[in-house]
Amino acid sequence: MDLQTLWFAAVALLWTGFLLLEGFDFGVAALLPLLGRRPAERHLMLRTIGPLWDGNEVWLITAVGAVFAAFPGWYATWLPALYLPFVLVLFGLIIRAVAFEWRHSHSTEAWDTTWTRVITTGSLVAAAGIGAALGATTLGLPIDDDGNRVGGAFSGLGWPALLGAVAVLAFSVVHGAVFLSLKTDGPLRVAARRFALRWAPVAALPLLAWAGLVHLRSGTPVTGVLWLAAALAVLVAWVRLRVGREGQAFTAWGAMLVMAAATVFGAAYPVVVPSTIDSAFDVTIADASVSDYTLTVMTWAAGIGLPVVLGYQAWTYWVFRRRLTAEPQHGEPAGAHA
Amino acid sequence: MDVLDIDVVDIARWQFGITTVYHFLMVPLTIGLGVLVAVMHTLWVRTGKPEWLRMTRFWGRIYLINFVLGVATGLVQEFQFGLAWSEYSRFVGDVFGSLLALEALLAFFLESTFLGLWIFGWGRIPKELHLAALWAAVIGSIVSAYFIIAANSWMQHPVGVEVDDTTGRPVQVDFLAVLTNNTALAAFSHAVVAALMVAGALLVGIGLWHLRRRALAGQPTTDVDHAVWRRSVRLGGWVSLAAFVLVALTGDWQGKLMYEQQPLKMSSAEALCETEAPAPFSVLAWSKLGSNECDDVHSITIPGLVSFLAHGDFSSAVPGVNQLQEEYAAVYGETYPDDPSRFGALAGEEIDYTPLLAVSYWSFRLMIGMGAVSAGVAAYALWATRKGRVPTSQIGVYGSLLAVAAPFVANATGWVFTEMGRQPFVVHPNPDVPVGEQTYFFTAQAVSPGVTAAEVWTSLTLLTLVYGALAVVELWLITRFVRRGVTTGDHAPDHPAPAPGTPAEGTPESREDDDVLQFAY
Repeated sequence: MDLQTLWFAAVALLWTGFLLLEGFDFGVAALLPLLGRRPAERHLMLRTIGPLWDGNEVWLITAVGAVFAAFPGWYATWLPALYLPFVLVLFGLIIRAVAFEWRHSHSTEAWDTTWTRVITTGSLVAAAGIGAALGATTLGLPIDDDGNRVGGAFSGLGWPALLGAVAVLAFSVVHGAVFLSLKTDGPLRVAARRFALRWAPVAALPLLAWAGLVHLRSGTPVTGVLWLAAALAVLVAWVRLRVGREGQAFTAWGAMLVMAAATVFGAAYPVVVPSTIDSAFDVTIADASVSDYTLTVMTWAAGIGLPVVLGYQAWTYWVFRRRLTAEPQHGEPAGAHA
Repeated sequence: MDVLDIDVVDIARWQFGITTVYHFLMVPLTIGLGVLVAVMHTLWVRTGKPEWLRMTRFWGRIYLINFVLGVATGLVQEFQFGLAWSEYSRFVGDVFGSLLALEALLAFFLESTFLGLWIFGWGRIPKELHLAALWAAVIGSIVSAYFIIAANSWMQHPVGVEVDDTTGRPVQVDFLAVLTNNTALAAFSHAVVAALMVAGALLVGIGLWHLRRRALAGQPTTDVDHAVWRRSVRLGGWVSLAAFVLVALTGDWQGKLMYEQQPLKMSSAEALCETEAPAPFSVLAWSKLGSNECDDVHSITIPGLVSFLAHGDFSSAVPGVNQLQEEYAAVYGETYPDDPSRFGALAGEEIDYTPLLAVSYWSFRLMIGMGAVSAGVAAYALWATRKGRVPTSQIGVYGSLLAVAAPFVANATGWVFTEMGRQPFVVHPNPDVPVGEQTYFFTAQAVSPGVTAAEVWTSLTLLTLVYGALAVVELWLITRFVRRGVTTGDHAPDHPAPAPGTPAEGTPESREDDDVLQFAY
């Protein structure tokens, strides 16, 4: 496998890892108004993702960084073409990050409610924006021969962007619900599981549709098999959830995302930004890549660094693996004493 | 419609300037305070004295409130090279992107993962491991500073590349040269010690204020809280003073490099119009600095000082702005190429190689001046608290509190000077490389060609409004927290960590969770 292909796989891995990890904290945040009606429940929900969301978000930074590092031609085509969605993503991520921290810094009920809403809004906006950006980059953007968008600010925002946005949002919400059923106990666990059972089959559809479209356009038999595996994983997740095996359900639902992402990236390869104007303008990994020297340097650095990162991140998940419960003393917002 | 007619380059530059300077208000505090909180936590683990625990918790809380805003605003940085500066990103892609990716992989993961572990790890993991988590996060911040400064320094002084004949873009040939760029080593050490000055000033200002308030209220000078504020002032004062010495030394190193690498940046900082030997240092300049015509400027000067700053003696010649402008025009062209698709409104226009004189001149002086103010305040604080004394001077204490802003201003203006002084280049040519083989790129050709002015206006407005609102909340939160002092918000569990050897799992932790969260969030 040549280095460009290796880095295409690395970028795909980083984006998949990001969606898999940040997906559940986006989802938990999105479910706050539905499952966290009382302050104690909201507090409990936020505690499940408290130690993890920031580390999860670094997967996004690394994914974007890796696109820039390995494929500057992709980075420089993709981001300006979807300028407004990316700005919305940044907006969402900024308000969400500060809300996580600031929510507990003051003790009034209104303060708590406001920042909880900000967490939900920011997460929804960010998840939708990232979905739109990924949908558009795998299904096509109106770019010319130089890799520049034509047609103005909204020309990149067609149905592929909408499909991507809905797919990532729907996946994340159910992912968050399964995560909650896995990480909590008591009424919240029951409610989260009920929610996931009801919505999982529907929520998988946009993601499967997206992956299926990319496969139909440029797929191979292998991506076809991957797509079938993704569809099968939905069924497994639903069945395991039904019998109360939340850990297995979480794994299966995550596997669905991994298979779907593998279908999308596998079918798109070697094109990173297809042009809707003329397929001759498609940006491929060969057009977009840095020199072999730089790729070699990056391969060494990532080869040594990434296993270490995965090791310590997995370890923190282990440290915080315990199921959380809402106890009577959690009845008031945590910030009450802060 | 005048505002909307501004060239995309100018809007994008304002956006980059605003978001970067704003982000850079959080960064030095994160780095500096991170180191000091880690020192406090270490001293608590080693001595078991309660004041170190309270200091860790109090200053740690401020560290976290600030950290999260730094993270949030840092996100924008990684995206905006692509969003608004795609031609720049294509041009520098072979070098620049890998430094950003390495920063994320080697620094951000370390920072975020271990900070999460530190915040939520009180009482859950062994004491020493918990302390190590904080150090890992702090080291992550410093490593991050190194990579991003290496990336910036490559724009100031591109090394380790050759120009590709077909694309005209730099191709990396020596990664080690990029990492050991002398510009990067000087700038990194300068920025890190300057960050310690920021944290030192904060400890001094807030510590003195609490000491005075307690003294006026007749509170004892023997309890733990007194020790907290006293130790904060002493630690902050000494750190500030030591850091100031290092700031001066590293700044001198950087200055001497800049006289070689970007002479126009330095001569503009001095408003030195003509080549002079010996060259004088300008103490105060007046008249038409804003016109960007060097000859309109008059200064009060110290003879020979700039020769010393540039070359280490009092007699050498230092080139003036007028000569340098001519030399640059002879090598890099009198006018921008007449190609509106690449140079926008500036195509065919004359190139002004002199950075904005007023900005260079005053940002350079503010940086040095505010650094000196900060060192003076640190010296005052150490003197005023000598041998257990408690200062009650209103001017001294409130002055010190006000002076918390000084090193922030010094850091921000230093950054503005570095960046604005490089104009009109976004990648400045490296004078050590033969002229025909140099890598350089004008700011005017760096913006995204397909992006409309309306889009950049939208993001500039949105980000500025959000940043403004966040600044208000952040300042309000920190002020409120600081006023309350150390005893509130310090529901320290009696035993924040299990005895060594106690397994973390299986212990009843719900009570500790509450404490953890009160501290953390």
